[in-house]
Amino acid sequence: MARIVRPYGDTMDDGKVQLSFTLPVPEGPQGREAARLAVLGWGFKDCEVVHSDAISDDFSFYVAYASTDKGVDYDSARPDAAAETSMSMDEIDEFIRERLGRKVVIVGACTGFDAHTVGIDAIMNMKGYNHHYGLERYRMVEAHNLGAQVPNERLIEYAEKAGADALLVSQVVTQKDVHIGNLTELIELLEAKGERGRFVCVAGGPRIGNKLAVELGFDAGFGRGSYANDVAAFVAKKIVEKKKAR
Amino acid sequence: MRKKLGLSEEKIARARELASSIVSPIMEFVEGYTTVAVERATLRIAGADGADPDGVPVPNKIVDSIRASEPGLGGGALLRYADAVLRSGLAPEALNERIAAGLDICERPVSDAAAARGKAMELVSLGLDRITRNRSRREEKLREFEGRNNDPLLYLIVATGNIHEDVKQARAAALKGADVIAVIRTTAQSLLDYVPYGATTEGFGGTYATQENFRIMREALDEVAERERRYIRLTNYASGLCMPEIAAMGALERLDMMLNDSMYGILFRDINMYRTFVDQRFSRMINAFAGITINTGEDNYLTTSDAFENAHTVLASQFLNERFAREAGLPAGLMGLGHAFEMDPSIKDGFLYELAQAEMAREIFPEAPLKYMPPTKFMSGDVFQGLVMDSMFNFASKATGQGIHLLGMLTEAIHTPFMMDRFIGLETAKYVMNSMSSFADEVEFREGGLVRARAAEVLEQALSFLDEIEGKGLMEAIAAGMFADVRRPKDGGKGLEGLVKKSPDYWNPVEAELERALGIGG
Ligand code: B12
Repeated sequence: MARIVRPYGDTMDDGKVQLSFTLPVPEGPQGREAARLAVLGWGFKDCEVVHSDAISDDFSFYVAYASTDKGVDYDSARPDAAAETSMSMDEIDEFIRERLGRKVVIVGACTGFDAHTVGIDAIMNMKGYNHHYGLERYRMVEAHNLGAQVPNERLIEYAEKAGADALLVSQVVTQKDVHIGNLTELIELLEAKGERGRFVCVAGGPRIGNKLAVELGFDAGFGRGSYANDVAAFVAKKIVEKKKAR
Repeated sequence: MRKKLGLSEEKIARARELASSIVSPIMEFVEGYTTVAVERATLRIAGADGADPDGVPVPNKIVDSIRASEPGLGGGALLRYADAVLRSGLAPEALNERIAAGLDICERPVSDAAAARGKAMELVSLGLDRITRNRSRREEKLREFEGRNNDPLLYLIVATGNIHEDVKQARAAALKGADVIAVIRTTAQSLLDYVPYGATTEGFGGTYATQENFRIMREALDEVAERERRYIRLTNYASGLCMPEIAAMGALERLDMMLNDSMYGILFRDINMYRTFVDQRFSRMINAFAGITINTGEDNYLTTSDAFENAHTVLASQFLNERFAREAGLPAGLMGLGHAFEMDPSIKDGFLYELAQAEMAREIFPEAPLKYMPPTKFMSGDVFQGLVMDSMFNFASKATGQGIHLLGMLTEAIHTPFMMDRFIGLETAKYVMNSMSSFADEVEFREGGLVRARAAEVLEQALSFLDEIEGKGLMEAIAAGMFADVRRPKDGGKGLEGLVKKSPDYWNPVEAELERALGIGG
């Protein structure tokens, strides 16, 4: 059964939305009217421009409130998450011991020219993040963290030598879609070597979603607020699945 | 400045002594070496510029060719270049074009060294004169527009990747009250061992630092300055593998500030430490001569380690940066020592600890225009909460008399700033700082209270940290991960191959002239 919902201001289904944006026009009555028309043009029912100010001679800033009739079917929304059922560290170690009977080798890096290490460290380092231990702490995981600014070629080379089961790739800088290029390149390099099937490939970072990662050819993607156990649970299950399939 | 924390002057003096003895073995090492980047910076000051059709800059072509021929680069690069100018009978610009087209200046040995030296001196003084004129121009404009800048200076970044788009954003920010515009560099430029040439329109997370981009932005800001009758300072990054070269280019184009840290490249970009220590000295000498204020990077420590636990590493690093700067002839008035408002917002009384840290830096480095950085690490997608955090930061900055205030952006966790993010940052900062303008003169910190106790504790910890570093040696301390939880081995990292031992006949009149002008020993 569909359950239709709309934004809530102070009355059910009033559809109130708050917006702010910049237009490349001078501040003034014409700009304010243009802003209002713009909002209506986006499909809103009514719009009040509650604030405007000059950012410079030819740019202006607007705050507007608008309302919409358009509802969304809540039940049709599918969350963009890879690990629907996560496990705890101990459960994961147990799962790996039972189903695989050997350590899982995971190699992680922040690739390309991206120098952000905190995210991949949060997942891999012993200490972990926000009271969730990192992969190095797992008894059944052999974790190799290569740090940041790692070229894709080097990551693959390392993974081959280490006999990795899974590659974890972090991408934090996303301006002008650099991350897309970097992530795509990794998959293409693996495919060219006929090695894509050899590794479970996981991407992560604050602007990475599962859908995006899967589209780019990864097995999963993990975004903001994910923890080592989410990834480890996914990787472990995936390896078991692959083993069964063989 | 009235002191409010009752910090022990003896301890402060002791910390300075320790910093001095930590830095002195590094300086001994530095003296014996040059680097490819130092030589390229020297060449640039003497007029080498341009790039070949593949984009390889002329200074790189010269240095690479000297390195590849006998007797190598140990004697310095300038003599050969001057000799080529002399022999070709061309002006440097015309010679540069020939080099870009494939001329190898090392094909023949230097014919008349004495004459080449004379020519070199002439080229160098042209470059240094230009820098001196830039410096006077800045001083003149600052006098003319005196009292028109904000206090602290409001510092904003632009980072579109396209210099022409940057100009639009910078103009808008300057018109709305920004005093300093920093053009953030593109991702990974710090790892290039050359400086790209010409105007650029493509970058990721920032815009290439090139001399032409410097010139374009300088011109735009000068225009706004005249209109607003407020001098607008321009900032870029003398950091990474080309630290000294970018310092030279900034000096030639009248930049006013340069991000320049003695250890940032080692810790955060994995650049080799020997290389960095040599490069940072030469770049700081250029900054000092040009009257460019450096901004050091202590704030970065707090992005990889906890701001409450590791506050003392920031103070210790400020002492070290101060010492390194002094060794390069920089006066205190040009030392924008860095720190940041990065404590976990959930800490009870966290704001008081931030106040203690900022006030402490103010009192320990009274003449330095401290560079205060906004919250970044704990900024989230909740832009409303973020704006409140930025406001607390604005308050702390004004309450403790900081010198250079990097405006927080409410969208810090999301993207490089949109035009409206900058606008909101400026408007809210101006509100906070105006409404509490005289706050600092009105308040004291209670004896035995939390703020004084925290400052005393951080100073104490910094002292024992410096003590430990002195025992180990700075390079060993970095290798052991004592800064920012990052370990860097001495021979590891990028750029070590660009380190060159000076031979007994090493000759660099830029270095000699700067040392003379700055009154520092060679
Ligand atoms: C700290 C920091 C830095 C530090 C990094 C220090 C270090 N060693 O990592 C320094 C100062 C060096 C830095 C530099 C730059 N930064 Co920065 N930085 C930040 C900051 C403030 C915090 C990032 C952080 O540490 N978050 C904490 C970690 C734990 O979160 P996380 O990375 O999201 O990771 C979590 C999840 O995403 C996930 N995850 C992450 N990776 C992975 C991988 C896998 C496999 C999995 C499963 C999960 C996963 O799990 C983690 C835990 O939950 C952000 C702003 C912000 N508040 O987010 C800007 C930010 C990320 N930086 C940014 C930029 C642009 C840069 C520079 C390019 C600036 C420049 N031009 O010089 C440079 C980058 C240089 C380079 N070569 O990359 C932008 C990125 C904009 C964009 N979307 O493209 C941001 C958003 C700031 C901004 N608004 O401009 N930065």
